Amino acid sequence: MTRASAAVAAIPAEEPVDAAPAPQPSAAPAAAAVVAVPAAPPRGTAARPGDARRRAMFERMQGIVLGIGFPIALVILWHQLVVMSGTKLVPTPYQVGLMMYDFVFGGIHDDAFSGTILTHLLMSMQRVYGGFALAALLGIPLGLLIGKVKVVRQLLDPTLSLLRPIPVTAWLPLSMIFFGLGPRSAIFLVFLGAFYPILLNTIFGVRSVDPKLFEAAAMLGCDGSRMFRQVVLPAATPSIFNGLRLAHGFAWILIVVGEMTGVPTGLGSVIMDGRTLSRTDLVITGMIVIGVAGFLTDRMIVAINNRLLRWSPQHHG
Amino acid sequence: MDSRRRDFLAIRDVNKTFQIGDERVEALHHVNLVINKGELVCLIGASGCGKSTLLRIIAGFEQPSTGHVDIYDHPVSGPGSDRGMVFQDYALFPWLTVRENIAFGPKQKGLPAAKVREIAGEYLNMVGLTPFADRFPSQLSGGMKQRVAIARVLANEANILLMDEPFGALDALTREQLQDELLQIWARTGVTVIFVTHSVEEATLLADRVVVMSAGPGRIDADIKVDLERPRDVSSAAFNEIRRGLTQHLTSHVKRPTLKAAA
Repeated sequence: MTRASAAVAAIPAEEPVDAAPAPQPSAAPAAAAVVAVPAAPPRGTAARPGDARRRAMFERMQGIVLGIGFPIALVILWHQLVVMSGTKLVPTPYQVGLMMYDFVFGGIHDDAFSGTILTHLLMSMQRVYGGFALAALLGIPLGLLIGKVKVVRQLLDPTLSLLRPIPVTAWLPLSMIFFGLGPRSAIFLVFLGAFYPILLNTIFGVRSVDPKLFEAAAMLGCDGSRMFRQVVLPAATPSIFNGLRLAHGFAWILIVVGEMTGVPTGLGSVIMDGRTLSRTDLVITGMIVIGVAGFLTDRMIVAINNRLLRWSPQHHG
Repeated sequence: MDSRRRDFLAIRDVNKTFQIGDERVEALHHVNLVINKGELVCLIGASGCGKSTLLRIIAGFEQPSTGHVDIYDHPVSGPGSDRGMVFQDYALFPWLTVRENIAFGPKQKGLPAAKVREIAGEYLNMVGLTPFADRFPSQLSGGMKQRVAIARVLANEANILLMDEPFGALDALTREQLQDELLQIWARTGVTVIFVTHSVEEATLLADRVVVMSAGPGRIDADIKVDLERPRDVSSAAFNEIRRGLTQHLTSHVKRPTLKAAA
């Protein structure tokens, strides 16, 4: 603190030298520093707490202004580009806004999509969370086992490493044969996409636990399945949550692919319909709803993460 | 068979070799040591002399290549709650509070919750951490963490405390304070303490007996009794005489051309 303010003071100290080569060099630069850099606290400790609070508030305001201002600027840019180019292929933000209103409440276009947001959103959420939950239910225990038990690792790791690079979309034809044209196929694809990030991060979490924790637990009489529940699982939790967040993102990405397989409802099918009907306002509306839903769920995961990992300040999202 | 067989803790002809790549490293070479109940023994030696390996073998974390460790004639086959290790870097469970860390051992025994709480409370109080009971390890200083680690093994009713350079990472003031507290706890509970250190002063201050080890391969060089009244005065002539003797033992086999005189 003192070094910083001294450095700041050193620069304006040059100026008053000409004007007044006065014998109070300590007071003048301090005042100059306050004028030049309002954020820098004046010397002395009395003013510091209030100043810190003001700075924290300034930073929070700055975050809000920048965070909201940037998308608003993007929307304005979008509007200008559409108007200037005169294209009919891309709607203006206003037209998308109308479509969104119609999608939620109806009463504007009065077509097959008016007021149907809940139907589509709930259907997609069911598939996203269904596939995501399946992936977590299988991926976490399997990851714990592969990470901790050598035999399981030797048995499964090569096969899983071989299957992992195959893109989920490549499974589409087979999944349509296995599960038919419908929701089960979509759930399967979401499951596949969410499974690997959860599995790999869980394995990584178990493998990176300090071995001394296992020794400490063993000498305190903990073994077998209790070791899994009381040491392996909590120690791997930060990494598991990383996997869950990644997987949740993939799940929303894959729902659009999954709902291309001929299901009549869901946000992915809305987007596909929009494409077929050349209704880009509908396409963009679907995209926005997916973005918001994904964002809100991610916040929920982060909130659970912060609650469960309150012991580890560096793992707060 | 013979009279030795009623020893409290006996290390019998223990050898330990590690395979590191293509190289075989002999960490311990024919180590024999008997430790009596309630003794405070310091293992001291330069790095690589196998003192930590010996401690880990006593703990049951490592198996000796040949030989065995017996406690009242029963060979040690793995970690057990009779022996509690206090690690240099604490190894506390970061997701458990101070109280829960201390309660970990009693909980494993399946004691009723009220009893577990009572034991945890007792040892929290012993190490003076009652006001910090609900903090997580990440919110504690190094000295406080090490107090939790000591309380954790005592709450588990360990009667042998294995300490692997436990105060090595602490600042000088905190270290002195914890040395003092350790001596009080040792006097009060009557546990046997095996304490690994590389500090001659620490060994002289704490130990009933100092076992000097040397490297290449790790073996026991000397077994020296420290006959000083407690509390010990680090500035007294008797203390410094013992300290000087230990330092000479430690440096006698180090073949360096420029040996500094003992401090």
